[in-house]
Amino acid sequence: MTDEPDPHDELHQPPPTLWPIGFAIGVAVLLVGLIVNPLWISTIGGAIALVFGVLWARGATAELRGRPLEVEPERRGPAVPAEHGEPGRRFPRSKFLEGATLGLGGVIGGIVTVPIAGFALLPPFIGQKKHEVDLGPVTDFAEGQWYVATFTVDPAEGEVSRRTAFIRNNGALAAGGSSVPSFTIISNRCAHLGCPVQANGPSGQILGMKNIVQHTANGKVTLVPVVPAGFGCPCHGGQYDTEGNRTAGPPVRALDRYDYLIKDGNVVLASEYSVSHVDATGAQAKIHKYKLVGPGEHVDGIEQVLYPINPPHH
Amino acid sequence: MATRRQPTRTEIRRQKMQAAIVYPLDWLEERSGLVGATKYFLFRNVPADSNWMQTLGSATLTAFIVQAVTGVILAMYYKPTPGEAYSSIQNITDHVTLGWLVRGMHRWGASVFIILLFLHMGRVFLFGAYKYPRELNWIVGVVLLLLGMLEGFTGYLLPWDQTAYWATVVGINLNGTAPFLGPWLAGFLRGGQEIGADTLTRFYSLHMLLLPGAIFGLIGLHLYLVIRLGVTSPPWSKEAAGEERDDEQRQVRVGLTQPAPSRRGGS
Repeated sequence: MTDEPDPHDELHQPPPTLWPIGFAIGVAVLLVGLIVNPLWISTIGGAIALVFGVLWARGATAELRGRPLEVEPERRGPAVPAEHGEPGRRFPRSKFLEGATLGLGGVIGGIVTVPIAGFALLPPFIGQKKHEVDLGPVTDFAEGQWYVATFTVDPAEGEVSRRTAFIRNNGALAAGGSSVPSFTIISNRCAHLGCPVQANGPSGQILGMKNIVQHTANGKVTLVPVVPAGFGCPCHGGQYDTEGNRTAGPPVRALDRYDYLIKDGNVVLASEYSVSHVDATGAQAKIHKYKLVGPGEHVDGIEQVLYPINPPHH
Repeated sequence: MATRRQPTRTEIRRQKMQAAIVYPLDWLEERSGLVGATKYFLFRNVPADSNWMQTLGSATLTAFIVQAVTGVILAMYYKPTPGEAYSSIQNITDHVTLGWLVRGMHRWGASVFIILLFLHMGRVFLFGAYKYPRELNWIVGVVLLLLGMLEGFTGYLLPWDQTAYWATVVGINLNGTAPFLGPWLAGFLRGGQEIGADTLTRFYSLHMLLLPGAIFGLIGLHLYLVIRLGVTSPPWSKEAAGEERDDEQRQVRVGLTQPAPSRRGGS
């Protein structure tokens, strides 16, 4: 034991540095870029953050890596000048092998990991199929009558892709000299957490009307006549009016809707979209339309900034 | 001193029996150190006033092992496809010999596991056993709790009945409402835009491979830290914390850790 304290026991405070400020600016630019322009601004921000992060890390670990920031000459014996002369001492073979092993291992690990991580994470977001659903002839839908339509989105996938929508024929809509049939087609996916919304009202046999069963390209399509006072969700009590506007409960927006086409006299469902709310009703309805998002996500108001970039839907 | 008397035949037989038991253990010990390691793990010192409450961790571990074993057996009969999942569960319950029992153990054992996790966590909290130097073990335990809950979430879908399906719809959409990354997390869990065959297979894979693997690894780390840091005394303990006791009564075990058994008998 000597009275002189061991230099290894001293607290090693990192030297003062300005690199973290540049790092923080880079991260800020990256985050802003995610909203404004993910491709360019985010990349620039990421590059800034990376460069300053590396500089910061190098500065903070300079001492650990054997390059003291301040050389204290009195601690160093006469051996100091000799050390500089021998290249093998400064960069010994063992250090080279250590670096080579870690570096090569990292490269091999990356080559193996990147494709696997891509396979694990990307398929849900890339190459998802679009589907059109044939619901049968327009003439099946009596004017002004609601139907609960049950159909299979992708017959290849089977029963698990069975979906339900509420459909009303609003009658012909005069558009530029010709008349086009107008439909209100509301998805039964609750805008709260995605449970199946039910029509509040009598349906089928009670009304003295027949259920219609069609066999189209999408397999069996069932149309059950219904007289809804609105729509209600059994899970958490969300309530909607017949245009899908929220009237009570936890949903954050109106019910989603389907775009539709008339192909060879048949009603064909196209892609879905989200709706904040609907003004007026039927053929005159003014639908405030948004890109399809998941249940529980706000599409308007201040809360929409919580979902700046959504995964691709249809 | 008196001369050593000849051992009786009973004594010789006992010595031979002991040698037959000890020899393979000594062989293993000399080549691996595993016997010593096991003894170190099992016969370590604990505070004299440690409490029955401190067995809750072992109980949780036992519940997890039951889940792992019954899960492996269930996986031999379960089919993770939308067309066959429900019928394979029916087959396990109604037709496979003792299938109802194994499925019941797995199904109820899941609840037992989660309940024990919380009781164990409550014990650690109330005993103050999360404090220095055991903070890291608390953190590992919290990650284990999260993984256990994820096991519950992913396992719930597998029977593929109406309850399972709609509970998972709600659960995934609940994740989807998290800000920023929520919609991406929901998309990852669903394996696409809609719940379907991919959701079922990926939940099955997470439930039986990824999550249990992670839980086993973290349990190893958790136990390592328990052994390294020792068991905490209860809060009412009169002994000063962190103090090594005098170990006069402690038996120094020899024999098993000595390289080769003595062939002469006696000593």
